[in-house]
Amino acid sequence: MSAVGLVFTNIHDQNIPDLTRKRTMASVPFGCRYRLIDFTLSNMVNSGITKVGVITHNNYQSLLDHLGTGKDWDLARRSGGIKLLPPFIASHAGMGANKLYTTRLEAMMGAMDFISRCNEDHIVLSDCDAISNIDLSDVIKSHKENGADITIVTTKVDTDTFEISAGSAVITSDENNRISDVVHYSRRIHGIKEISTNIIVANRDYLQNVVSDAIAHGYTSFYSDVLDRNLLRANYFVYHYSGFYAQINSLAGYYSCNMKLLEKGIGDALFSQPNRPILTKVRNSAPTRYTGDAKVKNSLIADGCLIEGTVENSIIFRGVKVGKGSVVKNSILMQDTVVGNNVNLGCVVTDKNVLIKDERTLSGHSTLPFYISKGTMI
Amino acid sequence: MFKKKECIAMLLAGGQGSRLYALTQKTAKPAVPFGGKYRIIDFPLSNCINSGIDTVGVLTQYQPLVLNEYIGNGLPWDLDRAFGGVKILPPYQGNKTADWYKGTANAIYQNLEFINRYDAEYVLILSGDHIYKMDYSKMLDYHIEKGADCTIAVLDVPIEEASRFGIMSANEDNSIFKFTEKPKEPDSTLASMGIYIFNKKKLEKYLIEDNADPNSSNDFGKNIIPTMLSAGEKMFAYQFEGYWKDVGTIQSLWEANMDLLGEHPAFTLYNEDWRIFARHFAAAPQYLGEDASVKNSIITEGCEIYGTVENSVIFTGAKVMEGATVKDSVVMSGSVIEAGARVEYSILDENVTVGKNASVGVSKENSKGITVIGADVVVPEGKVIGDGEMISDNI
Repeated sequence: MSAVGLVFTNIHDQNIPDLTRKRTMASVPFGCRYRLIDFTLSNMVNSGITKVGVITHNNYQSLLDHLGTGKDWDLARRSGGIKLLPPFIASHAGMGANKLYTTRLEAMMGAMDFISRCNEDHIVLSDCDAISNIDLSDVIKSHKENGADITIVTTKVDTDTFEISAGSAVITSDENNRISDVVHYSRRIHGIKEISTNIIVANRDYLQNVVSDAIAHGYTSFYSDVLDRNLLRANYFVYHYSGFYAQINSLAGYYSCNMKLLEKGIGDALFSQPNRPILTKVRNSAPTRYTGDAKVKNSLIADGCLIEGTVENSIIFRGVKVGKGSVVKNSILMQDTVVGNNVNLGCVVTDKNVLIKDERTLSGHSTLPFYISKGTMI
Repeated sequence: MFKKKECIAMLLAGGQGSRLYALTQKTAKPAVPFGGKYRIIDFPLSNCINSGIDTVGVLTQYQPLVLNEYIGNGLPWDLDRAFGGVKILPPYQGNKTADWYKGTANAIYQNLEFINRYDAEYVLILSGDHIYKMDYSKMLDYHIEKGADCTIAVLDVPIEEASRFGIMSANEDNSIFKFTEKPKEPDSTLASMGIYIFNKKKLEKYLIEDNADPNSSNDFGKNIIPTMLSAGEKMFAYQFEGYWKDVGTIQSLWEANMDLLGEHPAFTLYNEDWRIFARHFAAAPQYLGEDASVKNSIITEGCEIYGTVENSVIFTGAKVMEGATVKDSVVMSGSVIEAGARVEYSILDENVTVGKNASVGVSKENSKGITVIGADVVVPEGKVIGDGEMISDNI
């Protein structure tokens, strides 16, 4: 199997403006010790992909810090490995000078140099707003068997309960998995729908051609201009993925997605797939210490924490301290949050390095969690 | 091409650690797990990199597989370097001779060529048996400042324990005038920590002489140090203050793990400026279930706790199922305590399974000794393993 990965790190930033004010969607912290890009990169690495282009747009310092050389994903390579693709801005007028890409299609055009220099047959495109543990080698296998030009990984969701991102593509396919329609709904939809996970396998040459062609025509959308226009002429297939899938598209969604990890079986589906570990940056935190007064129930906790109080139904990131007499319920406390003594927290999301002093009581609701931004002292 | 290094470290990691019994059946002592996610060797290696020493030779001999695999290219400690870094130095077959390492001094003697490649001025000798955090660069400064030929790190120990150690007697300026290995009637309380800094030239001279002496047991404590002292070389004691623990016995290994617990732990790993690095395996965060009760314990990533854990150290990926109890124990990576089982005052090595409703050890108060279960052992359902037993094979 020869395939190269291409990751879009900023595409859905606007969906959770609070969390992406100072970072990319890809570097949004998730599930105690991960960043969203970890799922995308791990899926690629676990499927044998050893060359990954990472397309950035803006605010990508935190992402660079997280990725480093790529060694934590085994992507620090002499040949291949992580290739960062920061925005390419033309320096001369007439070529779109000083214009940053705004759509997936333009982003791909910006990465065309990278794509054209690869010699792999296939390219796997993926966004960073989705959480899954998928075997991409099986997707590529089915792509080849179908003789497809493009294969889109889809998953069935009940749009009445699963909040899909604005602009998600709903895909219809026939019994042979051939795509028959691609629709972008801008309004709220209902019922069970097959949506695109934005994980796409394409023949590299084919993709290069259609993207160049679309740009030459002044098109802007990959789904409605490229896919939809070529549907009848090209071989587009779907791959039905039925494993764990979540999309982060609002703060409430971010909250509920984290909380889902506490449900029985979800953690295993995501983290305990044989030979498919989720890799992340190693921080070398010491194990977490619980004192004699600690009371912890139904919670996921990272290493490096000190728990002296009560924690229930919560997601606790690395290096968090919960002081004596404090009660933390239904909350997400990101890296290095310090909760003083006798504090009460309910449905709170603290960003990194938040300090909550003694005796404070803060509360939100699961549909509107109380978000406290990075570095705030309360 | 080699770059000159002012000081390189040689880490003696060939010891069997026979007093750890079941725990060192398949691994060398330095590779014995400690403190939730570490192995003993993480401490000297992390001390090295934190002290700015980036070239470390690790001398292995006994059961090296786990150790070699663990150290790998040194990446976890930032010791994967173009120049220097960590290098494994096993015994080898030479042109004329082929020898195992006959003693600590002989191991270094056989690797003088390694030391000379880096043209080191100073050589730091370490061992892989101790848990401590120490800035070796301060000791090196002291060594240079004193103009010493050899500096030995010492710890003030209670007089009643002194006969377990190599004991130093020093003048007011800390120059050593007497050294006795495990004295019956100690006349000083300065115990050698097994950490030495030598001027390379002197070290080389004495190692060559020692090797030529057929009556020598080729040991630093027994031969090199006494010989240098009687030859009138400048030897100084460097006093270390802080936590230091030899984990050569089951009892001391258990104690050292327990020293990480409590309101104010005797030894803390939570210091961002002096991190202890370890090789990590991608494990999920730890999960504490609805009925879990965890008190005064440390728990590591990948663990799943549904039962009760008290005064214990639980390593990466271990599981304590519903209704199971773990008390005053050390449970190493991948071990599973099935539902209703009970583990008290015990050390379980890696990947041990304690079957449903089985019981290992008795309460600390009523116990005569720590119960030890070796790696990969399965304790069958309902089985009772008594006080102080050492189990290394399936029963």
